[in-house]
Amino acid sequence: MQDIINIEDVNKTYKGGFQALKNIDLTIKKGEIFALLGPNGAGKTTLISTICGIVNPSSGSIRVNGFDIERDYRQTRSLIGLVPQELTTDAFESVFNTVSFSRGLFGKPANAAYIEQVLKSLSLWDKKDEPIMNLSGGMKRRVLIAKALSHEPEILFLDEPTAGVDVELRKDMWGLVHHLRQEGTTIILTTHYIEEAEQMADRVGVISQGEIILVEEKDELMAKMGQKQLVIHLAEPLEAIPYTFDEFDLSLEEDGANLVYSYDARGNRTGITRLLKRLSEHNITFKDLDTKQSSLEEIFVELVKQPS
Amino acid sequence: MNTPAIWAIYKFEMMRAWRTLGQSLASPVISTCLYFIVFGSAIGSRITEVDGISYGAFIVPGLIMFSILTQSISNAAFGIYFPRFTGTIYEVLSAPISPLEITLGYVGAAASKSMILGLVILATAHLFVPIEIKHPLIMLLFLALTCLTFAMLGFIIGIWADGFEKLQIIPLLVITPLAFLGGTFYSISMLPPFWQTMTLFNPVVYLISGFRWSFYEIADVNVGLSLLMITLFLGLAMGVIWWIFKTGYRLKT
Repeated sequence: MQDIINIEDVNKTYKGGFQALKNIDLTIKKGEIFALLGPNGAGKTTLISTICGIVNPSSGSIRVNGFDIERDYRQTRSLIGLVPQELTTDAFESVFNTVSFSRGLFGKPANAAYIEQVLKSLSLWDKKDEPIMNLSGGMKRRVLIAKALSHEPEILFLDEPTAGVDVELRKDMWGLVHHLRQEGTTIILTTHYIEEAEQMADRVGVISQGEIILVEEKDELMAKMGQKQLVIHLAEPLEAIPYTFDEFDLSLEEDGANLVYSYDARGNRTGITRLLKRLSEHNITFKDLDTKQSSLEEIFVELVKQPS
Repeated sequence: MNTPAIWAIYKFEMMRAWRTLGQSLASPVISTCLYFIVFGSAIGSRITEVDGISYGAFIVPGLIMFSILTQSISNAAFGIYFPRFTGTIYEVLSAPISPLEITLGYVGAAASKSMILGLVILATAHLFVPIEIKHPLIMLLFLALTCLTFAMLGFIIGIWADGFEKLQIIPLLVITPLAFLGGTFYSISMLPPFWQTMTLFNPVVYLISGFRWSFYEIADVNVGLSLLMITLFLGLAMGVIWWIFKTGYRLKT
């Protein structure tokens, strides 16, 4: 897949001396959905704002589709749509006018038919003449997305797109993101909802204290970092685990009814066959088997956990 | 040149003025009418003529200048401050638009609104007193240059301000006193010699004097000097705006 954003050794230090970004190197591939995860204050919004031209980097270079974001800002910015985290809208303006305004800002000629299409895709068409201040928070969020899409961007930044929106709207947005990706739009989203990244992303980057600490294909990340557990539902509960099982990472749950084996999914030999054979040798029978994998959330918490 | 972007900002700002027509047009026109009633009729009836012009007609250029100075500043300051206050400025900063184009959009709209206001006040004044404009093109030139320059000053204030209070400080505490003391209601030749000299340090004197000359061919200072001064103010304002965008002052972190 072709690269669309190349970030090389980018640093950002604010006037007060706070370093928000530290030696960031990151490449975003064309057409992918990239989820940038990180705790509050990690530098997610600063990184997005820097790429979009809102924040000046202290050093380093950022290229979008081969163009430098400072020297060739017209080319780079016209490729990008940004949905900010905050609900920042013109309270008194109508939905249609504010979206048309955004299209104009990005140098595109007026196109009422396209704006209509965008508003309809976001279920905003019946609100087109409504002043934005009359809309609910979820609707305002949709307006921000419509504004970001108004100039037909190739790259869409979604900074916490579903913060504070209801479940139905969140699912609508996920659908929209998938639809945009199918049309070839590259999507970079920051989120606190790990479920969102897990559902949507192709790749995941984790940023903590201004540093990118990991970039990985989501599935590979889960396979690599995911601790798997085999839950053995025993036919008869055990009071204790026999000492002959000490080599296995076992625990008893549900008053001894379940024997839980934790193993590393990355290993060639997981030890499952050996464990089952050993159970058979000790005449420990079971009714069922079940496996569980760590969620992205558990992986994320593990990654950003501060040393005590 | 990103013309659609300039037009988008310009149209957006003009529409905002249209939505608040009472505040942007009716209010300054009513204020000016009140000045005519108080100064033109009540006080003016006791002052027959100034430099051969009836007092009512004499104060018209000064009143127009007074209104457009304050309104140019207010319009442009609010125009750029409000998106900063609400956070919608992110959209302008992330758009493929140059500092010059941003300035043209916001300042152009503020200056246009003030020009329209100036012309409406002129038409309104015509209802009260007979007005003669001896040099209409120069009058329009002074009007346009003043609107543009003070809209730029307003733009600078809108970027500098970090609260609504600061938006009003310069128009109320600086521009209004300078306009009142700059010959809006009198010729500076009516002042004692010391104050005549002091008044020459007031930049508004040059604007009002030049503007009044375009109406009646009477001026407190040479019209060429007035044009030079307004051009200098314009250059200074452009320089400050260039510096703001170069450094990102109060716009970018």
